[in-house]
Amino acid sequence: MKKQTSIGTLPKKNTLGVRIGKEWRENYELYIMFLPALVYYLIFSYKPMYGALMAFQNYAPAKGIWGSDWVGFKHFMDFFKSYYFVRVIRNTVTISVNSILFGFTTPIILALLINELQNMKMKRLVQTVSYLPHFISTVVICGMIKKFTLDTGIVNDIVALFGGERVTFLNKPEYFVPVYIISDIWQGVGWGSIIYLAALSGISQELYEAAMIDGAGRWRQTIHVTIPGILPTIITMLILRMGRILSVGYEKIILLYNPMTMETADIISSFVYRKGLQEQNLSFSTAVGLFNSAINLTLLMITNKISKKVNDTALW
Amino acid sequence: MNNNGKGYKAFTVFNYIFMCLIILVMLYPMLYVVLASFSTSSELIKHMGPLLYPLKPTGASYQMVFKNPMIFTGYVNTIIIVVSGVLLNMTMTALTAYVLSRKKLALRKFFTLFIVITMYFGGGMVPVYLTVKQLGLDNSLLALIIPTAMSAYNMIIMRTAIQSIPESLIESACIDGAKQIQVLVKIVLPLVMPTIAVLILYYAVGHWNSWFNAMLYLRDRAKFPLQLVLREILITNDTNLMSGDTAAQDSHAIAETVQYAVIVVATLPILAIYPFLQKYFVKGVMVGAVKE
Repeated sequence: MKKQTSIGTLPKKNTLGVRIGKEWRENYELYIMFLPALVYYLIFSYKPMYGALMAFQNYAPAKGIWGSDWVGFKHFMDFFKSYYFVRVIRNTVTISVNSILFGFTTPIILALLINELQNMKMKRLVQTVSYLPHFISTVVICGMIKKFTLDTGIVNDIVALFGGERVTFLNKPEYFVPVYIISDIWQGVGWGSIIYLAALSGISQELYEAAMIDGAGRWRQTIHVTIPGILPTIITMLILRMGRILSVGYEKIILLYNPMTMETADIISSFVYRKGLQEQNLSFSTAVGLFNSAINLTLLMITNKISKKVNDTALW
Repeated sequence: MNNNGKGYKAFTVFNYIFMCLIILVMLYPMLYVVLASFSTSSELIKHMGPLLYPLKPTGASYQMVFKNPMIFTGYVNTIIIVVSGVLLNMTMTALTAYVLSRKKLALRKFFTLFIVITMYFGGGMVPVYLTVKQLGLDNSLLALIIPTAMSAYNMIIMRTAIQSIPESLIESACIDGAKQIQVLVKIVLPLVMPTIAVLILYYAVGHWNSWFNAMLYLRDRAKFPLQLVLREILITNDTNLMSGDTAAQDSHAIAETVQYAVIVVATLPILAIYPFLQKYFVKGVMVGAVKE
């Protein structure tokens, strides 16, 4: 029977209802299999997007989105006018820019240096060891940072050895960003180099041979073959990184900061957390978060466009 | 290789020295933690500078760690979360990735967009928090499992892997009258095992390391996963951190070396199995990098 209906119906008679019926009969199993994902994303992604409307309200949990009073852009204006606006934006950008300057470049350098190692055992050892810190959890990393940078900690022991003054680094605003960035490099440099090592191993050996025949030494091979070979990867990674310049994660920040270092440590996402979930300014915090998402999305779209133009790679 | 100047030789020597330095810098902090954990607290406090061996070696700190019931329950809770979380993650990921790889599905593009949008835009921290609370998941381990039921990013990795399977293989099974779910389990999944291994690792590490959601949603200390217990011992114990932290109040001052022992106990399992899984992790980076 099923077959008859689908074969017997002429194409022009395929109304929407018929087509839906046919699609369902053919693919109902697939639709059922998609159901869990559909429900999951509706509840945990789309419902919160709808809930983000509270950014334009004085949201009261008891009244819900339907019953709360609308206040337009009041919370956004409050944020723009507040003392925190400049502070959190400045800190977020500072951390981001520093992590691009140092955290982004060091894996490339490490990959280039590893690539020059002729001894395979050494090569593998450096790789294995440098990937290790990536697997230490954020909480443990932050615990280690805290203990090491205490005024009695090992970092200060070394500083004192060279005649420096002992300071509890995490209580000094001027040291927060360096501590954050250096620990990030320690944890991420090896892992970050993997992608460049792959790009390096993808460079054709013939190019090197040709360069050698032309009389190029290792230096010139590096400049004329190696670097151009991984440049597309570097550019893609850099463009993607630029798109995330205002989205710095909060986990490490809220584990490491304290009232003494807020001035340099408080970033947009940690501010959203503190205002929203610690101080229960639900609408205000959501407004700040929404502002941040909007900027992030815009930056991502811009960098994606650039990426498409520059080297034909894009996220979408 | 013959036309390398003296400069390159000097560079090679420098490079090997530098690599040894890197290895030292990477390993020493971890080694220090281990050495400190086996030292005697009073000696460690007096000591200045790097450790080369445990000071008055003792296992006392480990005895304290294992006596702490929170560490044990934390471990158990984390294992429950990791196992059930990964099971749910992989079920959801495999089902969804398979559906979105079927070209004959009329709504395929729409469903894909429906999921991809969520990768770039979300309602934010507070609306998600309120949603989880409204569902009655707070103060339950489910709050750490269900809201992270799948990652769109990992699903796309899986879909890409499935798409690389010859379509004829799947079609012939369908013609034989096999149910879609049978095709998925019996034909598709065995062919993408390497990708499955990578994703299991990614999801498992994610669950193992996560603490933030646990801090948000859990009130009963008996339900705390390991990372949240660690946070109490390592982070909140010795600082005047945030005013909202009530959890640390009842934890007494913990001796210097115990904190180090806790780090070892909590990190060793991951670092011990890591060398065996390294190739899968590295493969994962590659799979993720090659976005289609």
